[in-house]
Amino acid sequence: MQQGKISIQNLDLHFGKHHILKNVNIEIPENQLTVILGPSGCGKTTLMKTLNRLVELEETVKINGKIFLDNEDILNTDKDVTEIRKKMGLLSQRPAPLPMSIFNNIAYGLRINGISGRRKLAPLVEKYLRQVNLWDEVKDRLKDPATRLSIGQQQRLCLARGLAVNPEIILADEPTSALDPLSASIVEKQFAELKKDYTLVMVTHVLRQARRIADYVVFMYLGEVIEQGPVKEFFENPKMEKTREYLKGAFN
Amino acid sequence: MALKLRKFKDQFSSLWIKISLFFVVLLPVVITLSLLYKSMFVLETNGLKELLFSSVWRPLAGQFGFWPFIISSLWVTILGLLITTPICMFSAIFLTQYSSSRLLRFMQPVIDILAGIPSVIYGVWGILIIVPMVGRYLAPLFGIESTGFSILAGGLVLSVMLIPFILNVLIEVFKTVPVELSEASLSLGATKWQTIKFVVVRKSFAGIISAFGLGLSRAFGETIAVLMVVGNVVGLPKSIFDPGYPLPALIANNYGEMLSIPMYDSALMFAALILLVVVMFFNFLSRLAIIRLEKKA
Ligand SMILES: Nc1ncnc2c1ncn2[C@@H]1O[C@H](COP(=O)(O)OP(=O)(O)O)[C@@H](O)[C@H]1O
Ligand SMILES: [Mg+2]
Repeated sequence: MQQGKISIQNLDLHFGKHHILKNVNIEIPENQLTVILGPSGCGKTTLMKTLNRLVELEETVKINGKIFLDNEDILNTDKDVTEIRKKMGLLSQRPAPLPMSIFNNIAYGLRINGISGRRKLAPLVEKYLRQVNLWDEVKDRLKDPATRLSIGQQQRLCLARGLAVNPEIILADEPTSALDPLSASIVEKQFAELKKDYTLVMVTHVLRQARRIADYVVFMYLGEVIEQGPVKEFFENPKMEKTREYLKGAFN
Repeated sequence: MALKLRKFKDQFSSLWIKISLFFVVLLPVVITLSLLYKSMFVLETNGLKELLFSSVWRPLAGQFGFWPFIISSLWVTILGLLITTPICMFSAIFLTQYSSSRLLRFMQPVIDILAGIPSVIYGVWGILIIVPMVGRYLAPLFGIESTGFSILAGGLVLSVMLIPFILNVLIEVFKTVPVELSEASLSLGATKWQTIKFVVVRKSFAGIISAFGLGLSRAFGETIAVLMVVGNVVGLPKSIFDPGYPLPALIANNYGEMLSIPMYDSALMFAALILLVVVMFFNFLSRLAIIRLEKKA
């Protein structure tokens, strides 16, 4: 029975002989920020890439289980995989601006989705750059290559690029870990604002960050979900021994 | 003592590095200057314009018009590159983006072997297969009579030789595109092909240019294999089924044999100079393109 916007049910994932995700069950609530916590190597990135089916690019991967998005199983469907990916923006750990101008980084996704012509594109590009508070910093150099921006600006550009294709969900894999503290706090604030319109899933291993911004927390360890629940409950009253150990900093 | 020795070794090796570097830098300068010196004779007698653009080739009368040879070289090179380019691009894209990593691992040594085959063997194979194919099948298709020894045969043999060379570089170029870029494009809803076209190829553009730039230089200078199938008849080729006579073939066929004719020696040195300058020019252009592109991306 699906309760959340996304419902992950009995998900198993292997890379070759390695069992990476083990019987994962998660309910991701709509219009909230879900944080996935866990020590490095426990499968957080893999889980994110399974959600938007990027993990299928790996040759040796085998997936079993179900992932429901609005009552539709997106793992076992004939639907075009690009349609599924479009619904989920992905922000990676290190920003990956496309090898083109700042303008075209935003326009790329719009063009892919059939919007063309500078007259239609320009106002949209402006709108999404404003939404991530980047417009004022870049409005005079939209034609510059995106790689000339600072890392923090690049990450905001990547966020804007993702928003431009109208996703319902935003997946972010440690989006602030490569950034300087100031950029990190800018991005973090934006995430808090985006909750109104999107369902957010964010990986982090910074406990304080999770506590600050999460609504719902999932704790993973060695490919298994140990515990999940609303943020207050999770931090103030953890039920599992492993969670308590982790919160004390035992795995770092 | 030991310290002194180490210091001595350090200084010694850094001296060696400087000397080797000096030679590497000096070599092209020395080669160019000596070619220029040797071709001064014919240059002074016939003039640069006459040498480059005249089609009159009468060594006994002291007339050396290189135009037919230059044109032959360009035709063969361009044809070779035109045939190679799509094959290399699609193979490299297939091997790095679509096929299993096992196929790529299997193909790489195969490509290396192809790249290592001596060019004379490609020439023999060209005479056995390509020349008859052009003479018996391709030319009649267009209603043209040809012995098969032709510009087209030269271009075909050349393209086969260029494939492993360029493919190797392209595979390396495509492999260095970060996966995160493709992932970013795919998660925006782009198809795999759109991602390759707009992101992977775009990101690799500088590398692609340098791969084909290197190929171009190689093609322009390739001697033996082309010489064996191209016909070596002096004259302006009217179609790709006509025989041609590229510059490297001219030099290889005649150097050391015709030196009784006055100025022939100097004229051949001039041919070598043209070859060198053109190849350097290609290199310069591709380097320029790379710098421009790297600034943009
Ligand atoms: N392409 C792959 N092939 C094989 N194993 C992989 C691959 N990608 C990740 N893994 C393994 O899967 C496990 C989980 O990795 P990952 O999802 O990146 O963890 P996290 O993001 O939590 O640090 C690790 O043990 C890692 O070595
Ligand atoms: Mg990770």
